[in-house]
Amino acid sequence: MTSYFSDANLARAQEIVARYPQPKSAILPLAHLAQDQDGGLSPEAVEEIALLVGVTPAQVQATTSFYTMFKREPCGRLLVSVCTNVSCLVNGGPEVLEHLRRRYADADDVTVEEVECIAACDGAPSMQVNYEYHERLTPATAEGLVEEYRSGRRVARTISGGRVAG
Amino acid sequence: MTGAPITETRIVTKRLHERPDDSWTIEGALESGAYDALRRVLTRGDPAAVQEQVKLSGLRGRGGAGFPAAQKWSFLPADVYPRYLVVNGDEGEPSTFKDRMLVERDPHQIIEGIAIASYAIGCNKAFIYLRGEFALGYERLSQALADAKSRGFLGENILGSGFALDIVLHRGAGAYICGEETALLESLEGSRGMPRIRPPFPAIAGLYAKPTVINNVETLSTLPHIMAMGGDEYAKLGVNRSTGTRIFSVSGHVNRPGNYEVELGATFRQLIDDLCGGVRGGRKVKFFIPGGASSQWLTGSDEHLDAPLDMDYVQQTFGVMLGSGAVMVFDDTTDPLLVGWRLTKFFAHESCGKCTPCREGSAWIEKICYRISHGYGRPDDFDLLLDVADTVCPGLNAPFSQTTICPLGPSPVSTVASLNKFFRDEVLAACGAVPSTGAGQ
Repeated sequence: MTSYFSDANLARAQEIVARYPQPKSAILPLAHLAQDQDGGLSPEAVEEIALLVGVTPAQVQATTSFYTMFKREPCGRLLVSVCTNVSCLVNGGPEVLEHLRRRYADADDVTVEEVECIAACDGAPSMQVNYEYHERLTPATAEGLVEEYRSGRRVARTISGGRVAG
Repeated sequence: MTGAPITETRIVTKRLHERPDDSWTIEGALESGAYDALRRVLTRGDPAAVQEQVKLSGLRGRGGAGFPAAQKWSFLPADVYPRYLVVNGDEGEPSTFKDRMLVERDPHQIIEGIAIASYAIGCNKAFIYLRGEFALGYERLSQALADAKSRGFLGENILGSGFALDIVLHRGAGAYICGEETALLESLEGSRGMPRIRPPFPAIAGLYAKPTVINNVETLSTLPHIMAMGGDEYAKLGVNRSTGTRIFSVSGHVNRPGNYEVELGATFRQLIDDLCGGVRGGRKVKFFIPGGASSQWLTGSDEHLDAPLDMDYVQQTFGVMLGSGAVMVFDDTTDPLLVGWRLTKFFAHESCGKCTPCREGSAWIEKICYRISHGYGRPDDFDLLLDVADTVCPGLNAPFSQTTICPLGPSPVSTVASLNKFFRDEVLAACGAVPSTGAGQ
């Protein structure tokens, strides 16, 4: 049977499972690995993770569906997470969010989401693009940053915040 | 109250300020004394002496609850192995950003602290639960762990002492509740992050049902310095039972938001004016939240601004907490109802759903706060809001009585109680100015 994971990632997955006294602990890191590989958490990935850690796919689904970082719906190549919690709220975060939502409403490659505090309140308003921090934004500078990632002038992490394996 | 302006007392943040270009690298860390304290601890070879120094230091947990660290360790049952140390790096309390800084800019200090703590409690396998969104922190900490191992500060037979320690770095995936220690353990075991009923306490049956200590990133980062200074010397810093320094994350309407390491006992006014350059535009503080979103609020009154950063004093005097060290400052143009609504929205979103009062209560509190803050307030909304809050935390008196397994349940009630205490007129006006009958008082 062929694995959902690439050969390199399968080796990494097995190494991750071996770190823990109980394999089930590896569900979260393996789901991150799957997203690093494929830009989302597919049913195939869930089944493979279940096999690797020795639980049912339903158990993997139960766990992963609890966590907002796991994207089970189609997600753009770029995940733009804009904070609107209170320090960003009083510094223009909602305006940044609104602008980006409108600007990328029809863009398949960019998913804009509102997130809770990302621990960058001293640089409010802040956002992450694939978990890379950007601070002291205006609607215009935020859009400019997203465009730099879109054009490849900035290298994006994966949508789980990892680096694309060479 | 006036006096000479205070300055920071940099202990935990010393290296990252002195070496802004390489504090996170093994070379930069070693050149500034990293692992010296660990070496001395292992050379002395007396775990009980480490525990004694931490006890003398009076160190209290920096994650939020402020529980004495040495006492937490002492709850571990004798002779039950394996036992685990779990590091809580799931920083998610709104407006707290100190642990992210420590992880990104001084990971070796954390590793040294983990090694010292593990040696003190007899643990050979530790886990760092790091907030999933901290991508750079994850990279830096991963590299630091690999470098520490290759230099012999981790692994088998550390520095020739015979002590062995393996550290597993584990990423979360976006759930505030996992900062609660038993939810964190559930998550680390591969489940949904839902808190456990205590007892059993983690010290007796924690990770994989084994004795477990859970310490915060800043708490552990302090340990190398306590060992270097001596517990007695460390305890000379601070005030009363709030010894040492803490890192305060100040944000909102201040001129210089940021992380400031301050000797406990300084006042909120000194923190805001001396270190953060005061409120933007020379405006006045309308209100501030002293210890993260879960805390009740304080106002810009002299009584509140001149209160000392003393965990017990603020709790006993005002019913607020220093919590995670996040101080959010709002100027006199701020709409407290809007801020209140946004905080309750956070808790409604992050409720794990296990306990009914929190799952239902936080959602209803958010809905009512939305109406009130967005021009849709109804005449009976204030009574309804207080009634719902009173159901989650009967009596609404600080400290709250708790109807939920973990403290997330009472957290949005802090917001409601603060609005009731300080901004009653604004709330009533937003509801159509019908006087409250005072339900839930």
